[in-house]
Amino acid sequence: MWKFLHPYANPETTYHFTNKLLPWLIALAALFLSIGLVWALLFAPADYQQGDSFRIFYVHVPAASLSMGIYVSMAIAALSSLVWQLKLADASAAAMAPVGAAFTAIALITGAAWGKPMWGTWWIWDARLTSELILLFLYLGVIALHNAFEDKNLAGKAAGILTLVGVINIPIIKYSVDWWNTLHQGSTVSKIGKPSMSLDMLWPFIFSFLGFSFLVGVIICLRFRNEILARNSIRPWVRELVEKSVVK
Amino acid sequence: MNPRRKKRLAIVASILIGIGAVAGLVLFALSQNIDLFFTPSEITQGKKETGVKPSIGQRIRIGGLVVPGSVKRDPESLKVSFQLSDMTMPIEFKESDPKVTVYYEGILPDLFREGQGIVANGILADHPPTGLSIEASEVLAKHDENYMPAELAEAAGQKHEKAGYSDKQLQGTK
Repeated sequence: MWKFLHPYANPETTYHFTNKLLPWLIALAALFLSIGLVWALLFAPADYQQGDSFRIFYVHVPAASLSMGIYVSMAIAALSSLVWQLKLADASAAAMAPVGAAFTAIALITGAAWGKPMWGTWWIWDARLTSELILLFLYLGVIALHNAFEDKNLAGKAAGILTLVGVINIPIIKYSVDWWNTLHQGSTVSKIGKPSMSLDMLWPFIFSFLGFSFLVGVIICLRFRNEILARNSIRPWVRELVEKSVVK
Repeated sequence: MNPRRKKRLAIVASILIGIGAVAGLVLFALSQNIDLFFTPSEITQGKKETGVKPSIGQRIRIGGLVVPGSVKRDPESLKVSFQLSDMTMPIEFKESDPKVTVYYEGILPDLFREGQGIVANGILADHPPTGLSIEASEVLAKHDENYMPAELAEAAGQKHEKAGYSDKQLQGTK
């Protein structure tokens, strides 16, 4: 069943695959981000209570859900690295961690900027905000562990275990607004049934969400390629690649 | 899958299940304390599961909906009082709902409106005429998950005027 994936355990094959994937991701990210953000920031109607301040939603919500999405993919990579000892899975987890941390920080900062005028405070220790802050610390811990060891396999193992332990935080973030009473509002878009948003506000959100997702894909792809090259720098195929690009 | 991988998978899976169970139990035990605020009915009747009631003089957070028609503002200063009732879906206000009065002096957040969710932080007191009340030092607005354009909101009969301030009220705040 998983036979088609086997060739990608080879770093060289995967490197060339990311080469082919990258232009598509860049094109899709540029397309969806430009349509989504222009639509969201200039043409979508203002909210009846919040006015134009609500437009931060179009950055905040994609950043927050991607911060969780990246963590889940990192956990899957960590699991396959621990169980099947795929070295590339470690490389991909190391590539994902800083991107996830950045998006968590974006979600926290945009949330605070919205919270000050709307709620009346930058920060409150409610369940949603606190668990998202813990996610940022988990990312920072994973990044630190990836860089703490000379031996990349050992580093990957340590970071992988932390990643898997931290995965328990993801359902807590997601359902915090349902399990406890919080200042943070409940889910708008991912509600079962009808989203609590009118359609002319929802469509630009879908575009900007896809745009940010492809942007994450681009950044992770670039970092993953670098990670592969750095970890295989003594291999002949990498040397060949370098020589070729130098001659040009 | 070869036996070594199977063993590693079993170890990882059992660690995850163990941590999941621990986290679940901890959160279950703490669930009352993770709640950000008391609702008006929890203040008057106690928490549903444990019956724990906050005592007079205790600093607590209260969360509820501003009862329409209950907002009283002093025209000379920033003193304001309003009643909160439980947040229920769909939103409706009944005479019999438990209500708690909030007294506050300061600028209200932009989203403060009648019928809006509010979280206030203050000291629980018992004033004879109004019953249980909160002397709030901080009032925060809680936004709900609904977003809509102004035309749609007007069609649905949603009020959305902000609370304005006169120059006289704002004197001494700058």
